[in-house]
Amino acid sequence: MHFFKSIFAIWQREIIRYWRDKTRIVSSFFQPIMFLLIFGAGLSTTLTAGNFGVDFIKFMYPGIIAMNVMGIAFFSTVSTVWDREFGFLKEILVAPVSRTSIALGKAFGATTIASLQALILLVIAPFIGVGLHILVVVKLFLFMLLLSFAISGIGLLISSLMKTTETFGLVMQVLVFPMFFLSGAFFPLTNVPLWMTIISRANPLTYGVDAMRQIILNGQISQQVINKLVLYPITINGIFLIGFSIIMILAAVLAFNKRS
Amino acid sequence: MVNIIEVKNLTRKFNGLTAVDDISFEVKKGEIFGFLGPNGAGKSTTINMLSTIIAPTNGNALVNGFSIIGDKDEVRKSIGLVFQDPSLDDRLTADENLCFHARLYGVPKDEYNKRIEEVLKLVELWDRKDDIVKTFSGGMKRRLEIARGLIHYPAVLFLDEPTLGLDPQTRVHIWDYIMKLKREREMTIFMTTHYMNEAEYCDRIGIIDNGKIVALDTPANLKKMVGGDIISLTSQDKQTLKKELEEKYGKEVKEEDDILKIEVVEGEKFMPRLFNELQTKIDSISLKKPALDDVFLFLTGRKIREEEASSKDFMRNFMRMRGR
Repeated sequence: MHFFKSIFAIWQREIIRYWRDKTRIVSSFFQPIMFLLIFGAGLSTTLTAGNFGVDFIKFMYPGIIAMNVMGIAFFSTVSTVWDREFGFLKEILVAPVSRTSIALGKAFGATTIASLQALILLVIAPFIGVGLHILVVVKLFLFMLLLSFAISGIGLLISSLMKTTETFGLVMQVLVFPMFFLSGAFFPLTNVPLWMTIISRANPLTYGVDAMRQIILNGQISQQVINKLVLYPITINGIFLIGFSIIMILAAVLAFNKRS
Repeated sequence: MVNIIEVKNLTRKFNGLTAVDDISFEVKKGEIFGFLGPNGAGKSTTINMLSTIIAPTNGNALVNGFSIIGDKDEVRKSIGLVFQDPSLDDRLTADENLCFHARLYGVPKDEYNKRIEEVLKLVELWDRKDDIVKTFSGGMKRRLEIARGLIHYPAVLFLDEPTLGLDPQTRVHIWDYIMKLKREREMTIFMTTHYMNEAEYCDRIGIIDNGKIVALDTPANLKKMVGGDIISLTSQDKQTLKKELEEKYGKEVKEEDDILKIEVVEGEKFMPRLFNELQTKIDSISLKKPALDDVFLFLTGRKIREEEASSKDFMRNFMRMRGR
């Protein structure tokens, strides 16, 4: 019982900290919109020649949501590094709680924050001509949760290996861009070189983008076009993300135990 | 009296460097036990071992009857800790910080609100309960940390340099709270310091140098080691005075320039006698009681390096200002 109560206490602290930081909430909302506008406007005209039967902004929209989830989940797990740097981690580590509950509390915190923030992004759907049914929103939210949990796992693993916020930031920079560009958010991965296929299949973001794209575009454009764009059925994407999360969280807990 | 901490042959090495070297001692229930020594002497390493943050290389210790190696969780529940460096979440309110702590320590919900009120009133922060910690001064943060360490009713409170980096006035204040804890709750307090004047508040002091305890006793007894009080006198008629002192009290009189010095027991009681009994006219008189500085100097042959400490303090304060 104490195990769950301490997870809850750690989770709640993350949420309070997030809620206090209004600048962070607002800026994490505008960054993806900027991406969508700039890339959408810039590339849609160029890409009409290629023509994959769907408006480029609509194509990119699920990718942008996934990118937002990734960025925020990573950013939220930095809190572990900050805690270490500012001494608060010591307070947590000398408490009579298990390391596993600390790691899980942190991961659930990042998952909640990233999913809620991504949910806000759905308000722009009508403006770019994407209709959202309530069932679609529910399905999307489920994948937002799965994807952010998987990313929190990576973030937590890295932050338990890092000593300072600076090195964490550096590692994130190195990871975030390749993960984003090789996720299928910008272009379909159905017809790319082999090396890109291999890397993209190990990238959890690929599965998140793939699932969200199907959920959002289903019924909006013809099934034929969708089939040309997607990689796996939604359930496969879900299973991969669950498996990936479990491995990452386990590794993070191990690293956490070893560090302290 | 019952021992609340029993340390046996505790040793900690870092890459071949011995930070704590085979120390053994006991802390009695209800006393303020102080660890006095320069930076790097092994004070914090000892506290870190006793609070299960790091494992000893050798030896063991019992805290509240639990082994720091085998019963970590029980030890953790038995102790409250105030770290050398700040460890509050400054984006949370005072209340939220305490609440978080209470929940991690498994204090029941219907109980912790009562306790939060109790400890916050003790350190006089009750009216700031709902303020974000970021707005607190260094002294207030330290008080809040002490309050936090008490929420789960620990058997021992560890204070690692509780007044480091605080201004003199705040330091006195912090000490008022510590003494109040001892008086009103009979709390056992284990503290480290490198401020000599603060060590005087302790019931017993262990002087630690290079990882070893070189002396352990009450402040008064420690000071007896270096000899008695020194009374310095000056007079126009120095030689007559010297002679009179030697004849009347059988004391050895040392001459330093114009000043005559004698060593006595309990100088504050000896001085009135001199006023009444001396025939020779004296111009001035002063008393110097031995301080713990002298004890440290006597035991180790050197002074506690305050300059080194102050540069570290400076860095700490700088980091505090920068961070939180």
